[in-house]
Amino acid sequence: MKEEIIIAGFGGQGVLSMGKILAYSGLMDDKEVTWMPSYGPEQRGGTANVTVILSDEKISSPVLDTYDIVVALNQQSLDKFAPKVKPGGLLLFDTSGIHKVPERDDITIHPIAAMDATLEIGNSKAYNMVVMGALLEAMRYKLPMENVVKGLKKSIPERHHHLLPLNEQAIERGRKLLNKE
Amino acid sequence: MKEEVRLMKGNEAIAHAAIRYGCDGYFGYPITPQSEVLETLEALMPWETTGMVVLQAESEVAAINMVYGGAASGKAVMTSSSSPGISLKQEGISYMAGASLPALILNVMRGGPGLGTIQPSQADYFQATKGGGHGDYHLIVLAPATVQEMVDFVALGFDLSFKYLTPAMILADGIVGQMMEKVVLPEPRPRRTEEEIRKQCPWAADGRKGLRKRNVVTSLELESSRMEEINHRLQATYRQIQENETRWEEIDVEGADYLIVAFGSIARICTKAKEIAEEKGIKVGIIRPITLWPFPTEAINRAAQGKKGILCVELNAGQMIEDVRLAVHDAIPVEHFGRLGGIIPSPQEVADALEVKLSNKK
Amino acid sequence: MELQDIMREENKVYSKPVLLDEVHMHYCPGCSHGVVHKLVAEVLDEMGLAEKTVGVSPVGCAVFAYNYIDVDWVEAAHGRAPAVATAISRLWPDNVVFTYQGDGDMAAIGTAETIHAANRGENIVMIFVNNAIYGMTGGQMAPTTLVGQKTATTPYGRRIDLNGHPLEITNLLAPLAGTCYVTRQAVHTPAAVRKTKAAIKKAFENALAKRGTSVVEVVSTCNSGWKMSPEAANNWMTEHMFKEYPLGDLKNQ
Repeated sequence: MKEEIIIAGFGGQGVLSMGKILAYSGLMDDKEVTWMPSYGPEQRGGTANVTVILSDEKISSPVLDTYDIVVALNQQSLDKFAPKVKPGGLLLFDTSGIHKVPERDDITIHPIAAMDATLEIGNSKAYNMVVMGALLEAMRYKLPMENVVKGLKKSIPERHHHLLPLNEQAIERGRKLLNKE
Repeated sequence: MKEEVRLMKGNEAIAHAAIRYGCDGYFGYPITPQSEVLETLEALMPWETTGMVVLQAESEVAAINMVYGGAASGKAVMTSSSSPGISLKQEGISYMAGASLPALILNVMRGGPGLGTIQPSQADYFQATKGGGHGDYHLIVLAPATVQEMVDFVALGFDLSFKYLTPAMILADGIVGQMMEKVVLPEPRPRRTEEEIRKQCPWAADGRKGLRKRNVVTSLELESSRMEEINHRLQATYRQIQENETRWEEIDVEGADYLIVAFGSIARICTKAKEIAEEKGIKVGIIRPITLWPFPTEAINRAAQGKKGILCVELNAGQMIEDVRLAVHDAIPVEHFGRLGGIIPSPQEVADALEVKLSNKK
Repeated sequence: MELQDIMREENKVYSKPVLLDEVHMHYCPGCSHGVVHKLVAEVLDEMGLAEKTVGVSPVGCAVFAYNYIDVDWVEAAHGRAPAVATAISRLWPDNVVFTYQGDGDMAAIGTAETIHAANRGENIVMIFVNNAIYGMTGGQMAPTTLVGQKTATTPYGRRIDLNGHPLEITNLLAPLAGTCYVTRQAVHTPAAVRKTKAAIKKAFENALAKRGTSVVEVVSTCNSGWKMSPEAANNWMTEHMFKEYPLGDLKNQ
């Protein structure tokens, strides 16, 4: 098993922390993991992306040309990374704010209404976990939920642990998002 | 605290590793992309547990001279910075080399020259391996490719620098500093007691306990013949280090037509590039120098036998390539591929460069 | 009465401090450093600190202080003695650490380290020998050189428009919350020597009691650099230096 994933969006959408929770969940599932962010002023307000690799084997390059899975959370990221999904790969994107949908028939594309679902939950901070729910559901590699919960616990500072149920709820909501399509 | 598996950034891992090594003191000054080292140490408050001293100095210059003072008193001390800050530290590093002091210095390289960029780079290879400060000296230079190696090289760097009484540097780049990976933190070892320090470092300026003969730590010697002797002694140490401590990693060198030589996290990008090249039938081996000084000259010379060419991949305009060319005496073509200014080449770019610069050439 | 009859232990009124080495100093005849060295050695003797003292010597005339006072020493890079002392003091909290610095070291190249060590209130002693000139390198202008004073780099006298004002670094250190004792003394008369010794002793007591940073400035002569006889240098100092650098405590808590 090896999943090479990039998550890209605006700074502030929780892209980096979603990547961290995903990576930590993989670690809890005994996988090799890397989490490689774009860092620096880019993060502040501009675009942010993070490459997460989950693998049974030792991971070579933390930097990639193409990906098994692209998660794009704004138009800019969708334009940039949709062409970089490997044939047979997976593209997830949030439909809100998207006016141009990529045309590729060699990959699986999941448009998800993650922002709308987050508004339903009523806490905008849960947005990235809604997206992660959809990703977990779509991914070939099935990460057991108990290890995702462990990953969440490890990633979130203890003073925010009261938010764990909200995050789990958001993940479940995200999973359903994908099943609907 | 026992051995522990965690997900963390290279910079954070350095802080944990230092505490677990039994490091006595860290002195630093914030600079991107390595400020997490100091931040993590301040958050972990090791002075409450192991007694390790952590101090944010007023400048990189002050920080390295605190390290000089700590090292002169026999303590296991370290600092970290990024390229411009490391330039400021060079005088102090030279003093430590001159006074034969052990210390650990981490450079998480960013692009230069000048203030440059905060993105990853390997442009300080020359500075780290060819001296850096004034005078005839070398540092032991370790180049980590993974977060795990960031951790492991804290212990290795300290151990080597105490063994040979010369400063050691971990030469990392922004990638390995900023990326998170699975890491196994070693079981903590206790800091040395004052008695242990006095036994290990009988030369240290730590107060004349028992009214022993006084210790003076200095790099000054105005009498030329004695200064020459000191220099010869240093050089003898460097030869010993070259003999005993040269480290490198080889991947599929035997049977390959081409070699890639790369260090640090870039070597991992090259591993992926090798896979891409092999899909086209180009057989590639990789040599990753782990110690940049001492440089694995003989290993590269051996590996180059019968090869058609070598590609040096570095995040600079061609620095390590000089050592590679010296290693193979220009017997086979040695080409360079690098990106500058903080741009990280993709595996495909490296594979393309290999094709264009070597395998397509007649 | 024969000399042997007089030279008896019970008649002894003065002896060389044990911690002052039996060697020739490299200082010029008439230089103040020798006296200040003796006072430091004497105080450390009397306080029984030989086993727990670490000195940090500067770059400047006192670079070889480690050849004269029998305690452990670290020779610092130019201006960095307070940073070096900071680390030793923090890593060996039971030890007493002092720096011995000149005006160039303390008030020019090392200004940042001086101010920040004092501001952090490091439990160290800073002995500051201010002779208003760079002795070691051959008599160039120091930050503390007086206006009008001729040096190798101000051959027509220090000019404010060209060289700025003399820097009264001790006055800058006194208001810092980290300092507990800041004083300015001299060693040109026996009375002044006694006062300076008391000041140095107080400074070391402060370090032992972890009260913060103590600074003892000793306004000094450099008769070679000033191109005067030792006596003329003393007179010039009392007449000119003391105006710019008046003696006395600036802070005593």
